[in-house]
Formats: sequence, structure tokens, C-alpha cells
Amino acid sequence: MEVISFLADGILLALEPINFALIILGVTVGLFIGAMPGLGSVNGVAILLPITFLVPPNSAIIFLAAIYYGAMYGGAISSVTLGIPGASTAVATTFDGRPLALQGRASLALVTAALASFVGGTVANVLFTLFAPVLASTALSFGPPEIFALMLLAFATFVGLGGDDIPKTVFSICLGLVLAAVGFDTISGEPRLVLFEIDGFMRGIGFIVLAIGVYGIGEMLWTIEQTRGEVTTTNPKMTAKGMASDAKEAMQRGWKGTTIGSLIGFFVGILPAAGATPGSLMSYGVAKMMSKTPEDYGNGSPDGVAAPEAANNSASTGSMLPMLTLGIPGSPTTAILLGGMVIWGLTPGPRLFLDETEFVWGLIGSFYISNIAALVINLAFIPLFVWMLRMPFTILAPLIFVLSIIGGFAASRSMHDLWLIVIFGIAAFFLRKFDYPLAPAVLAIVLGPIAEPTLRQSLLLSSGDPMIFFNRPIAGPITIVAIILILLPGLKFLRRKRAMAKN
Amino acid sequence: MKLTKRLFLALAASTTIATLPIAAFADGWQPKRPIDFTIMAGAGGGADQIARFIQSVVEANDLTNRPLIPTNRGGGSGAESLLHLKDARDPDHTLLVTLNSFYTTPIRQEALGVDIETFTPIIMMGVDPFVLWVHKDSGITTFEDFVTKVKEMDGEFVMGGTGTGQEDSIVIAYMSGAYDLKIKYIPYDGGGAVAKDLAGKQIMATVNNPSEAKGFYESGDFVPLLAFSDERMDAYPDVPTLKEKGHDFSYYNQRAIVGAPGMSDEAAAYYREVFGKVYDSEKWQGYLVSESLSPLIMDEAETRAYWSRQVQNHRQLLSEMSN
Amino acid sequence: MRQGEISLVGLLALFSLYLMWKSTELPIGYIRGQGPGGGFWPFWLACGMLLSCLASAWNWWRGLSPASRSDEPLMDAFGWRTLLYVGGSVVAFVALISIVSMYGAVAAFLFYYLRFLGRHSWFLTLTISILLPIGLFFFFEAVMLISMPQGMSFTQPVFDLMYDIIY
Repeated sequence: MEVISFLADGILLALEPINFALIILGVTVGLFIGAMPGLGSVNGVAILLPITFLVPPNSAIIFLAAIYYGAMYGGAISSVTLGIPGASTAVATTFDGRPLALQGRASLALVTAALASFVGGTVANVLFTLFAPVLASTALSFGPPEIFALMLLAFATFVGLGGDDIPKTVFSICLGLVLAAVGFDTISGEPRLVLFEIDGFMRGIGFIVLAIGVYGIGEMLWTIEQTRGEVTTTNPKMTAKGMASDAKEAMQRGWKGTTIGSLIGFFVGILPAAGATPGSLMSYGVAKMMSKTPEDYGNGSPDGVAAPEAANNSASTGSMLPMLTLGIPGSPTTAILLGGMVIWGLTPGPRLFLDETEFVWGLIGSFYISNIAALVINLAFIPLFVWMLRMPFTILAPLIFVLSIIGGFAASRSMHDLWLIVIFGIAAFFLRKFDYPLAPAVLAIVLGPIAEPTLRQSLLLSSGDPMIFFNRPIAGPITIVAIILILLPGLKFLRRKRAMAKN
Repeated sequence: MKLTKRLFLALAASTTIATLPIAAFADGWQPKRPIDFTIMAGAGGGADQIARFIQSVVEANDLTNRPLIPTNRGGGSGAESLLHLKDARDPDHTLLVTLNSFYTTPIRQEALGVDIETFTPIIMMGVDPFVLWVHKDSGITTFEDFVTKVKEMDGEFVMGGTGTGQEDSIVIAYMSGAYDLKIKYIPYDGGGAVAKDLAGKQIMATVNNPSEAKGFYESGDFVPLLAFSDERMDAYPDVPTLKEKGHDFSYYNQRAIVGAPGMSDEAAAYYREVFGKVYDSEKWQGYLVSESLSPLIMDEAETRAYWSRQVQNHRQLLSEMSN
Repeated sequence: MRQGEISLVGLLALFSLYLMWKSTELPIGYIRGQGPGGGFWPFWLACGMLLSCLASAWNWWRGLSPASRSDEPLMDAFGWRTLLYVGGSVVAFVALISIVSMYGAVAAFLFYYLRFLGRHSWFLTLTISILLPIGLFFFFEAVMLISMPQGMSFTQPVFDLMYDIIY
């Protein structure tokens, strides 16, 4: 049980006064950065990187990992209170978090998110501690065909997500996938779909631009028009007792989503090319599929908040695994953390685990502590966020617009993208009026940039033979399951029709 | 009314005092605003890592009175950042951390109308050599083995890289031409992803910077076969160079900082001094050694001559590639 | 609503056609031995968009969607006015950024919204629309190290002064 003693040393290191203070600070800073739409853990980690020159490497990475954790918790706050997914990992959290907030149950949504995040993080930490080296080699066996198969599976779990109008749902998915292709084609190295020859499109259309446009601007316009500007959210004042009962309810109604999310999130998260976003989306899809009451999803189901939140925390911890064991970044944030390691004079790679045991286990130990700290701090701030929602709508609305625009700029640093946000927002308003579901487009723009290149890389590998998705030991089963899931609703539909014809 | 007037006066006075020292004691030009430190690639790549390293050194030693603001603008293979610099609204406060797409992107995308020779040279922080890597399980140990193996497989040998027209594809194209090799080339979106798929044996060989492959080299997973540098590298003394094999070809990725076109001479001089200090710092010198970068110190005139030589070279290499 | 739906479907179909045309700049076919070309993915997906528009039009013709059976206007006068006042102010907000800088535009937008749409008191309006941009300035420029757009050159002295204070 060598692992246990390493871990114990790591936890003790993380509990040293300076490190513990840095964890508390990091988690709090991360929580607020993550709660700002447009800002995420990447921003937090990147800004604080230079500061870490002042402290020893162990403390520095512990601090940065604490920010990372805090930001992961914070992402849900923006999804629930503002209705804007602040990071791609929190998209699925809006699906049920927002309806809960509108029903006056924002505190339930936030408490569920916090508890699910905690469980997800803990499950991931334990799996990480016990199986890191084995899992790392599994992650390496996922090449382009396997990742593409996984993306197919992610789409498949979402087949039932759209509205009842099938052509409109298909339109939305295709639109998202085409928008994802705008900019530059890595495979041929050529500019592609530079719309109307505007140079700004060369940078592509980021997920955050569409998400802020649709949820920040479009959704707000729609709400204001529908309610004639008289929105009344009746989120009651938070009390300790209220929070305790919310926590109880969260556990009763969200445990299933949490379990599913924790496991799926971790296994998808450790794959360097996939990461936390597909992990949280798939968890939502699977939780809905396995639910006895799938019709609750999208209307404020605590399970629907718990699944993606457990998953994105679990996956974020998981994505540290390829970074620590192989020196491969699983996400932009871990890439910057890797850069940090180089600055501190460490060599990321397979030897890190063996040569720098104190550093590695100090970091792993800090995950446990950060996770607990993040839970406590997050719960402590929930009343503040609920209080924000109690503001009169004529104050809250302009604040959401301002945060959308300024957050949109912070994420993209381009005026071109701000105009796109406005255009998407107004377009989303009209599309919404005619029952076009827009969530599928947002999902598609997140998954498209992973799906298309891996599809084409696979076909290059196989010289154009699509059998590559079926005859590889890992890709094959995933592809087949995905295809069955995609066809399932169609088959059900046919059977129902036949049954109806008989009657 | 009296109160507000007095308050206003006090505010004005305090700001004058605050601004005075900088105006009075600065010798020569000083930045007045945060410095736009654009990075020609996405977060996490080699250029990004170097930019953040430099920013950290600047910040830790308090070398500038206004912060460097690192911003990733990697869109369109760097086209986004070139346009950003070309149209910079404040050239004195706009810098770019480059790689070789600084040369290749304007050639490949002529519609951009970017002439990099109008940009302002600041400093060359070093050049990053390229090395040919295979996985240890492939059984290949020398470059000759590699050539035999590739010929044997007749077009089925798979290499990964960061995309057609990118640095490694230029090297691979030259090597294939020189040895008459047929290689299947799979583009990825970054050097890290390439190294990962070599480690997972999804691809059979790569041309990577040492910094990207170093971890796997130290663990014994990757075997270096050939260096594309001018001389043998200190970190890999047993690895032959392509030059030794009788082909006059070497290729490096430049790690340079350049200023926007139209930057004033005073501002350029200021940045040269700041980054010169970074270059001489123990941290950076250590980085050069640990990441196997070669130094390439040039003054402004030499840099300009170097640029026009590089543009010509790349024009030729790229046109040979497309034939 | 009925007219509105078919007009929207028509517009979207046109947009799909444009995307399809634009995709043909790169090869849209299946290249032998290499798999799909660079335009394959966007072309066929845009084709999917077009087909789903046609399906929506068919549903509209048969009166299957709620909107296609509705005689109500798309929005009443109040709805259009709200959209104009709120949506228009967001457009004006973004347009102002290039003129009076991000922070100036935030202040102007908040002032307009709180005072004229929200009908809040002068005190509240001014407090929020002055303090929030200043707070955002400190948050972004000093803490997060993100430079926001600074507008036309006349805003420069104000920014230079602020930078002297924060750095």
C-alpha cells in the first residue's frame, strides 16, 4: 500500500499553512472567475502563472490547481443564475439549472450543483489515486477513430434532446456543425468558409460566442418580450434551514445523476482529445436515457443538474491524469499548467511520476483538500448568488446584457465576435419564436471541432476506408452502440406507427 | 458645492503627484499603457509556453512599468495575429511572439496583404531545432533503418504533424523528396497531440521540437533518429544531422518577438533592452539549455536581412511542396 | 405567425444555399485514398440544413407546426417596441464601444436602460452606471490583465490616467 503513504504525505503537504492558505485563496478566486460568463479556469490560471514565481513549485501548482477547482464549481453559478453557460463544460447545466432558477428554486439548483461537483471530484480523486498509471496507458490507446466513435456516442445520447419538430431539430444540429467548420481547415491547411470575405471569420466561431448570443442576448430578449418586461422570479431568501432542506432534496433527487456523471465524466475526461465538455454532455444524455421520468429533464430536474456537474468536475480531475502521467495536456488549462511546470524546471512526461514523487503527490493530495474547500466556500456564497436573483428584473436584465458583452469580449478579444454575439442573439430570438430548439446547435458547435478532424484523420489513416470505425477493438463497439442509439428513436417511432395502424 | 470642488482639486493634485515621478525620472521612452503581447498560436503550444515564460520573467523582475498582456490569436494559422499587428491602433504598445507561420502564412494566404518585412524587429529569443522521432517498439534505431522501413511499406508508413504548410510538414516534405520516400501524413492541431499519438502508436514517426518530445525521450519511449540542425545537438550527441548525410538542409522554428509595423525607434529600443535583460537572465539561459533551443543573436539590420532570406527560402520550400 | 414562419424558413434556406456555395471553395467530394475533402463536412451538412428547411416548409404547407395554424401577428405593437428598445439598445451598446470605449459604453447603456426602460430613480441609475464600469475596469485591467477596447483617440488621456493609478 505504497500509494496510501504517498497520498498521506501529499495531503500533509497540502495542509501546510502556506499551501492551505493558497488553496483557500485559489478556490475563492477561481469560483468568482468561473462564475463570470466568458471567463474560465484558463484565464485564472494564466494570469496567476507569473505570481507563482514567488513561491516554491509545490505551492505554486497547488495554488493553480485550486483555482482550476474553484472555476469548475463557479461555472455552474453562471449557468443557473444568469442562464449563460460560462464555460463549455457547463452547457448542460443550463438545461435544468435555468428552469429551476425561474421556478424560484435557484438555491436547490446551486446546492445540487455544489454537492454533485463534490462527489464527482471525490470519485475522480479516488480513481486517480488508485489507478493512474493503468488509466494513462488506456488513454493512449484512444487514437482518432476511437475519439470520433466517442463523439458519435455523445451525439447519440442527445438524439432525444431537441424539440418535437424533427426538421427544426435537424436544422439546428447541422447549423451548429457547419458554424464549427468556419475559419481554417487544419487538415488541408487552407482557410475555409470565411463568410462574406470578412477577415474576422478566420478565427472561426467559438462556442462561447454562440452560447452568449443564444443564452445571454437571445434568451433575455425572449423573456422580456414574453413577459412584457414584468418578470417576477420568486426566489425566497436563503436561510440555513432552507439550505439544509435543499441539500436533503438534492441528495434524494440528484444521486442518480451524480453517480452517472461521476463515472462517465472521469473516463471521458482522461482522454486527452475529448475532455470535460463531451464528458458532461454525455452524462446528461445518459442520465436522461436511464431515468424513469425523462420528461422532467429540461424542466428543472435536479438529476439534470447533478449529472453534468458531477461529470465536469470528475472529468477535470481526470484530465490532470494525462498531464501528470504522460505530460500531455487534456485541455487548454492543463496545457498552461504544463507550461508552468517547465517554468519551474520540471520535465513533464512519463518520468515525472517517478522522479518527482513529492511534487506529484503533493498535487494529488491538494485535489482532495481543494475539493472540500471548494464545496464549503461555494455553499457559503450561494446566498449571495440567490440574492442577486432577487434583484428587480429591470436591474438584473441590463446587468446580464453587460456581463454578456464584456464577458464575450474577454473570452474572444475581438470586436468582430461581439457583433456576432449580437447577431446570434437577435437571430436566436426569432428562431425561438418559431420553435427552433437551439441547444442542439450549441452542443454541435462544441463537439463539431473534435468530431470533424478525428473523422478525417481516421479516414486518412485507413486510406479512405470507413471500416476503420468498426474493425478496431475499442472504436468498433463504441461505434456500434452509437449507431444503435441513433436508430432507436426511429425504430420506436415505426413500431408505434405499426401498432397504431393495427388498431 | 464647496465640498465637491475641494474634492475635485484634491483628486487632481493627487493624480499629478502620482504621474509626476514617471514623467520626470524616466530616461527615454516608457510604455504608457499595458503592452499587447499577442501570441501567434493557441493556448498551450510551444509559442504560448515561451510567451508565458517571458511574461513571467518580466513580471518577476519588474522589468516594465506596464504589464504585458498575453493574448492568443492563433486563428487561420496565425493570420489573425498578423492582421491584428498590421492594423494595430497603437504600434508602440503592440508586440507579437512568433513562430515560422510568420513567414509561411503570408505566402500561403496572399489575400491577407501582409508584408512581414514592414514589421519591427525586436529580438530573437532562440531557434528551436527539429528532430525525427520514432517509438521504441518500432525497432527502428537508425535513420537508415527508417528509410528502408518506409520504402518497404510503400506509402503505408504513417507520420503525424501539425498540418500541411506547417514547419514539420516542410521538413518531412524535404526529407521525402531527398530520399524518395512515400509517407502518409496525418495533420493534428498541435505538437502535443502529435507526440501523444506517437506515444500511443497511432502513428509511426513524427518530426517534433525536442521540447515536445523530451518527456517521452527521457522515459525511453521515443528514439531520436535524425536532427535537422546545422550541427549535432548537445542534448543528443549521438544523433546525426541531415547535413552529415550529405543534404544541405537545416530547419528551425523561430522564437522571436517582433513589433507592429510603424513602431517608433524609441519604443523598439526600449523593448530590445527589456527583452535583452530577459534573454540574459539565468532563467532564460536555463530554459535554452533544458529545451534544446539554439541561440541566434542578431541586431536590427541583421534581423531584417534574415527575414528576407527566410521569406525567400520558405517561398521556395512551399512551392516545391505543392509540386 | 403563418407568414412569419415561411419567411424565416425561406431566409434560412437561402443561408444554407450560401453556405453550400461557399463550401465548394474546397473539395467537397470523397477523395480516393484520403477520405473527405476540406469542403465535404460543411457542404453536406449545409445540404442537410437546406433539406430540413424544405421539410419545415412541407410541414408548414400541411399546417403541422403551431405557428403555421396561427392567425396571430408575429408580435403586437408592444412586442415590436420592446424588441426595438431593448435589442436596439444592445446594438447601440456594441456600436458605442468603438467610439467611447468599453467602459463608456457600459455606463451609457446602463444609464439608458435603468433610467428609461427601468424607470429607476436618478440616484440608483447614476450610482450603478458610474460605479459598475469603474469596478469592471479594476477587475479586468488590473486583476485579470485583459485590455478592453478603448474607443476613439479622445478617450486615451482618461485611460492613461487610470493606468497611472492602477499600476
